[in-house]
Amino acid sequence: MLKLPIYLDHNATTPCDPRVVEAMVPYFTNAFGNAASRNHPFGWQAEEAVDYAREQVAKLVGADPKEIIFTSGATEADNLALKGVFEMYRNKGNHIITCSIEHKAVLDPCKHLEKEGAEVTYLKVTPEGLINLEELEAAFKPTTILVAIMYANNEIGTIMPIKEISTIARKKGVLVFSDATQAVGKVPVDVNKDGIDLMAFTAHKMYGPKGVGALYVRRKNPRVKVTAQIDGGGHERGMRSGTLNVPGIVGFGKACELCMQEMEQDAKRLGALRDKLETALLKLEEAYVNGSTQHRLPHVSNVSFKYVEGEGLMMGFNKDIAVSSGSACTSASLEPSYVLKALGLGDDLAHSSIRFGLGRYTTEEQIDYTINQVTNTVNRLRDMSPLWEMHKEGVDVSKVEFTHH
Amino acid sequence: MSYSEKVIDHYSNPKNVGTLDKSKTNVGTGLVGAPECGDVMRLQIEVDESTGLIKDAKFKTFGCGSAIASSSLATEWLKGKSVDDAVKIDNMDIVEELSLPPVKIHCSVLAEDAIKAAVNDYRKKNGLPELKFEASLVH
Repeated sequence: MLKLPIYLDHNATTPCDPRVVEAMVPYFTNAFGNAASRNHPFGWQAEEAVDYAREQVAKLVGADPKEIIFTSGATEADNLALKGVFEMYRNKGNHIITCSIEHKAVLDPCKHLEKEGAEVTYLKVTPEGLINLEELEAAFKPTTILVAIMYANNEIGTIMPIKEISTIARKKGVLVFSDATQAVGKVPVDVNKDGIDLMAFTAHKMYGPKGVGALYVRRKNPRVKVTAQIDGGGHERGMRSGTLNVPGIVGFGKACELCMQEMEQDAKRLGALRDKLETALLKLEEAYVNGSTQHRLPHVSNVSFKYVEGEGLMMGFNKDIAVSSGSACTSASLEPSYVLKALGLGDDLAHSSIRFGLGRYTTEEQIDYTINQVTNTVNRLRDMSPLWEMHKEGVDVSKVEFTHH
Repeated sequence: MSYSEKVIDHYSNPKNVGTLDKSKTNVGTGLVGAPECGDVMRLQIEVDESTGLIKDAKFKTFGCGSAIASSSLATEWLKGKSVDDAVKIDNMDIVEELSLPPVKIHCSVLAEDAIKAAVNDYRKKNGLPELKFEASLVH
């Protein structure tokens, strides 16, 4: 029996794997010690658990455990990387290169740094959602201290050419920071093979708990330092003070270990389900995939259904299926997705987009149900869309003069 | 955001979806909004020339659930009204009836604008001067 509602919004967050929860439980009650308590068994036990988790986390991304700084999540890790590098290397320069489709957790700190005297270049992306390497190369200045490019995009799932990006940055002697929140645990990420110097990621996007994440900070070739943004005791090698979230960190470690073991088969299975979903939805007229289909996370699909509005569409099935939309109506700002607009999509197509994010517990039955529901709702809403009627009558809707309100 | 029951009802069972023959002189058509803004409403009225009452009203809307509900409700209210009374429908009446939250008030404004545009189209076709309306506050 199909259980409703169906969760297809795994880019927003994922459920905790029961095996993760099981690993965490003792650290709330019996093993509750403070990992910084050096003088009794409660502290030792907590420290040991954190050390083990640090190894599990490091292993998933090919890092040394000493290079993992635990934070409250990816947003904090992004802030620490950007602000911490800017403060630490300010005497070398003030220029940061990033791109227009980064997550707000990168864009907003960049805006903040601009007020502090940073100069930030926001690279444009191609209609596929990828940066142009020649444009990147041309953006470097003698004052450039950091290249900050996401590993994979949260809205469209496209994977950036990180290896090529870091090769260029290395040649220029500039550090590379990547927000890999959507990629770690889903596709193989290796900080050494990928040439990454700093990397943010978080547990709750990979079946771990919310409230814990990490910043990878390279220790050699080159040795990278960041100025702490939270002071108060010098935890995490002085880069992030504050009592460690031991149960969260233990859960994060377990989640990483499980991804290490299951990522390959999960990716294969979800890729096939995603392709089934996408192929079926593209059978609808005027349906388009947003972003590269070649360089993309296996579990993500972002589709625009022209002439129907995203929120109106979701309303047709959101009691039963949880997805998200780039439509303005779903955000407080009333602006459609800046990511989709950066791809060159018109506002009308951006308003018509739905993001499907599959996950570890997604079944074929759920996908079949989703195909059916989405197809029916698109057809139903098109029957009441004046734009669809115009399109069907052969009117070029883009040339119609509308009253802007 | 959760929707009111009335919005859900209009969205699930919209009243008066369809198209009237816009070449007829007793049919007025209003098309408002823009695809870039995320909503477009087309509202049509058909006037019984002997009584001056609106005998039919139809809509088609591209937009969120609240936009669809606002236009569906507007067509229900229009039927049986005189053309002069039709323009007295206030967007805040729609807001109240559908319990629209503040971020969705623009949907009701759009419905009010669509009514006015349809009435003016009808007046124009019938040699009457177009009514002037004060610009709506919420746009």
